[in-house]
Amino acid sequence: MHSEARAPLWLKLLAYGGLAFLHFPIVVIALYAFNTEESAYSFPLQGFTLDWFAAAFGRDDVLAAIWLSVKVAAVATLASLLLGTMAAAALYRRRFWGKEALTLMLILPIALPGIITGIALLSAFKLLAWEPSFWTIAIGHATFCVVVVYNNVIARFRRSSHSLVEASMDLGADGFTTFRHVVLPQLATALLAGGLLAFALSFDEIIVTTFTAGHERTLPIWLLNQLGRPRDVPITNVVALTVMLITMVPVIAAWKLTQGTEAVAGSGK
Amino acid sequence: MAIEAPDPLHQHGLPTAGIRRRLASLLYRRQTLLLLLLLTPPLLWFGVVYLGSLLALLMQSFYTFDDFTMAVTPELTLANFRAIADPANPLFGANIDIVLRTLGMAAAVTVACALIAFPIAYYMARYARGWQKGFFYIAVMAPMWASYIVKAYSWTVILAKGGIVYWLGQALGLNALLEAVLSLPMVGGSSLSTSNLGRFMVFTYIWLPFMILPIQAALERVPLSLLQASSDLGARPAQTFRTVMLPLAFPGVVAGSIFTFSLTLGDFIVPQLVGPPGLFIGNYVYTMQGAVGNIPMAAAFTVVPVVLISLYLALARRLGAFDAL
Repeated sequence: MHSEARAPLWLKLLAYGGLAFLHFPIVVIALYAFNTEESAYSFPLQGFTLDWFAAAFGRDDVLAAIWLSVKVAAVATLASLLLGTMAAAALYRRRFWGKEALTLMLILPIALPGIITGIALLSAFKLLAWEPSFWTIAIGHATFCVVVVYNNVIARFRRSSHSLVEASMDLGADGFTTFRHVVLPQLATALLAGGLLAFALSFDEIIVTTFTAGHERTLPIWLLNQLGRPRDVPITNVVALTVMLITMVPVIAAWKLTQGTEAVAGSGK
Repeated sequence: MAIEAPDPLHQHGLPTAGIRRRLASLLYRRQTLLLLLLLTPPLLWFGVVYLGSLLALLMQSFYTFDDFTMAVTPELTLANFRAIADPANPLFGANIDIVLRTLGMAAAVTVACALIAFPIAYYMARYARGWQKGFFYIAVMAPMWASYIVKAYSWTVILAKGGIVYWLGQALGLNALLEAVLSLPMVGGSSLSTSNLGRFMVFTYIWLPFMILPIQAALERVPLSLLQASSDLGARPAQTFRTVMLPLAFPGVVAGSIFTFSLTLGDFIVPQLVGPPGLFIGNYVYTMQGAVGNIPMAAAFTVVPVVLISLYLALARRLGAFDAL
């Protein structure tokens, strides 16, 4: 829907003002990471320094939290790539009893408030007498990341024509060969985009994680703890900027990858 | 892209290739078997791990918690639900306060998000062209995906005493106005970061992109010819907007409001960081299961947002929100 008329000035102001509002806190974090002040948030900023970056990345607790978050996100992304692609492959061309319920089930972990998923998983782990650990965090994350991959892959499946698969079979390739040489190349960018988004989603997740982490500290949990006890303000600022960048870059990359297709990645979180 | 296609008539090459081939054709002929193989892992994960956990949680909401021994026993009781839903129960007053506080915030945030999001979405769908289209899209998506905890943290920095908002207020001579607003009973507080106003701003900011994108998608689907027809038939632009555009965009607003409403209902991080004391549903659940160890009560309380969201979804369906999805 496009009209040829020009936008009235007030609408333009509201639209660009809205964008400015959306980016304002991000700019603030980027500025404060270079601030020289050590224990408060006074504005205007006191001075410019790069020292806190060296200090933050020299801290063992920061590095341990980053490493844990990266590991969890990697495992959750792998699991959701597998499960999401399988679910998409099974559901896109077939109609069967219970299909709707199955789709709903995949969406449920992000449709329900995170606190419900978190406490449900925690109480299930308790019933099974599993101690909270790396794996309980990863299981929780994979549960809500699957739908991101699923959405991307099923959109790509719907867009690609099945006749290519049939042609490959007609020419004598078996199912595995066809998958390897025909289906997979078609899915590649959708898988990459879905994987990137799943990674970003997992890397940043905090609500479910507070329940499943026990004493483990992922990067968002480390940040939350910092906020409860205001100390190391400069270190916190630097880590905040880092987390912000790690979560924003994948979504821009995913958008680039799926640009021009009808279902653009990342429109649903 | 070379496709190695072994001649189907000569399958007697390597034995492993033969097995693979036979397996492939078995799966091709028995599509249901293939379907089953594909579905089993996700079904196990979601049907057993996830749904199992949810059911176990629901089950525990009927368990008994002993206030003195702090122990949970699997004796079924309705006491936890009575504490939420029965006005005669001594705990009812405090509990319903928590629910109403959360509900009020969710409603206010939803309305504010809709008002701020609409012009942005309208501009995106109607006037943004070429590079602008991509620019706006990424400019809305990047903040949406940017770390939630960092966005919340950033607001504590912005709202802090001596921070940006107070500095700006001073520079513009508006601090007296700010103090006046903060002294209002419901919205105010001793400072911005401990007021309901501050909490409301943070929630509105964080969930805003979730409202913009569905409205933009709904507006995008309105055919231009419809608007032309309306103006050809003599409607003024404002009339066209009110009688053609708004009804067609409304499902998008409702779809967006499902996100803003549900996300606010379940949140427990923002209420912890910004705003006055007084629990939200999420904080109550968190304290009950953690510090208190009363899992049955926590479990019963998680039913509240689910019921509220279900009611809201039923209402949204009546308003036609799902026809547009």
